[in-house]
Amino acid sequence: MPTIRLPVEAGHMLTFARAIGDDDPAYRAALADPDVAAVAPPTFVMASAHFDDDYPLRPKPGEEWFGSGAGPGTAREGGGGLHAEQHFEYHRPVRAGDVLTAETRPGRSWEKRGRAGLLRFTETITEYRDARGDLVVTARSVGVVPEAPVSAASGKEGN
Amino acid sequence: MAVPLDEIKVGETRERVVVEDLKRTQIVQYAGASGDFNPLHSDHEFAVTAAGYPGVFAHGMLTMGMTGRVLTEWFGRENLLRFGVRFKAQVWPGDTLTVTATVEDVASGEQGPVAELSLRTVNQDGVEVVTGTAAARLEVRA
Repeated sequence: MPTIRLPVEAGHMLTFARAIGDDDPAYRAALADPDVAAVAPPTFVMASAHFDDDYPLRPKPGEEWFGSGAGPGTAREGGGGLHAEQHFEYHRPVRAGDVLTAETRPGRSWEKRGRAGLLRFTETITEYRDARGDLVVTARSVGVVPEAPVSAASGKEGN
Repeated sequence: MAVPLDEIKVGETRERVVVEDLKRTQIVQYAGASGDFNPLHSDHEFAVTAAGYPGVFAHGMLTMGMTGRVLTEWFGRENLLRFGVRFKAQVWPGDTLTVTATVEDVASGEQGPVAELSLRTVNQDGVEVVTGTAAARLEVRA
């Protein structure tokens, strides 16, 4: 997968903090004074989606978007999957002014038979490094996609 | 500033309501800030008619972000070492979420003492929406 470049900007951090209800005045202070170098909210690196040119969950000019318009839109196969787990390991705090690069690689994958049928779990690992190449955050994401339709698998197993 | 080691006790908890009556607009606000524009979270017509859900629901990462406020308000953002969650149930508009963080252990890390925490976020019906763990650096007072 291509490397994504994430500039950690004070204004972006402020809008992200507001969205999760974090009203720490340090975010505003960092807007006025770049030397404040406010520490990012712990989940902020997820906003690297903005800087991923190929990110599928953002409408792009000239490309068909799967959400509603005149019609209701089209759900993706398997519902597009859901987020099952998310883990972050912080090697040092992320601060305004950092320019991080993110490299993602596939992790483990496994299956589990649940009430809703066969579930396929896939792990992806993303390493965020600073301009010197030092590791800043390691993120591990687990997604789950139902492998078989609920109706086809539900009669087979109890849990 | 980190929390001093002698001010933390195993078994100590913090509980906090992180959102009351979650509004659809906050979910849209999170979509804009995070860049995750999955229409399941903001497009009622898509969520109901195309995807078969009762309506739009919050990004798991919005719930994780709100859950994290209990950690960062307690220990400081710069002192977090680990933060991980499992998404157990969906969060819907109108939900009120309460986070409980519990000190499970105080361990000695490579660079000093570390508080090991468990996390639990429930909705207004007491249903777990997120469970998780975290670790935060503590300060040794001179």
